[in-house]
Amino acid sequence: MKEALLNEYRLTLPARSENESVARAAVCTMAALLDPTVGELADIRCAVSEAVTNAIVHGYRQQKNGTVYITVKLYTGSVLQVEVADRGCGIADVEEAMQPLFTTDAGGERSGMGFCVMQAFMDSVKVTSAPGKGTSVLMRKRLRGEDERRKA
Amino acid sequence: MFESAYPEIVMDNGRMTVKLRGEIDHHTARPMREEIDRAVRRIRPVSVTLDLAEVTFMDSSGLGLILGRLDLAEQMGIPLSLRHVGERVARILRMGGLCKAHRIQIESEGKEASGQ
Repeated sequence: MKEALLNEYRLTLPARSENESVARAAVCTMAALLDPTVGELADIRCAVSEAVTNAIVHGYRQQKNGTVYITVKLYTGSVLQVEVADRGCGIADVEEAMQPLFTTDAGGERSGMGFCVMQAFMDSVKVTSAPGKGTSVLMRKRLRGEDERRKA
Repeated sequence: MFESAYPEIVMDNGRMTVKLRGEIDHHTARPMREEIDRAVRRIRPVSVTLDLAEVTFMDSSGLGLILGRLDLAEQMGIPLSLRHVGERVARILRMGGLCKAHRIQIESEGKEASGQ
């Protein structure tokens, strides 16, 4: 059965670190409409935090006044899709960037585990990037909250 | 919201306990790191415990914060441990290979103690 789109939200945020908490709270509010469990919501919160932080710290590391573009889509069958995009510097080698512990933020706050956290907490993570143009991180997760509760 | 980013540092017989509070992300990790490093360098405690009981959220920046403090403590020859590690934080720590490498001692890893 093909998934039907139930809701779509677009959120643009100035690429400033204090907006990391705003972004994850907003996406969780939207995702809550799919009736997730507390654990699923925590997974989404963490994955979104990683993607938005990457856009701010890496995508826009050489430019001020960048914008982070977030698109959240809710589908039938309790499927959540979150896209976090920037129009920053892009990633030359996406495969390398997704390796555990890989970071270009030497001496900073990051651990090089951002993509690993996204992959661990979401069902799928697709990264599209072009140097000089920007990066898009597309994440999907099927929420099983309802099934889990019915079983209990 | 911003004042909660600053950890509470308690000394007891030369042992330092750092109570981290609120959400640990890339934005809040920097003031936490600066505060902890300043205190550790100035006081030179016999041990450091990071208490995570009041941490309500942590992403991989929190892992970076903990790994970085571990590096500093090791450089200074000070043992570092974690207290009140909730299930969610433990999951992220495991991703970083922290527990596997036995580089760190985790005290009271219990659900009841976590703020997650």
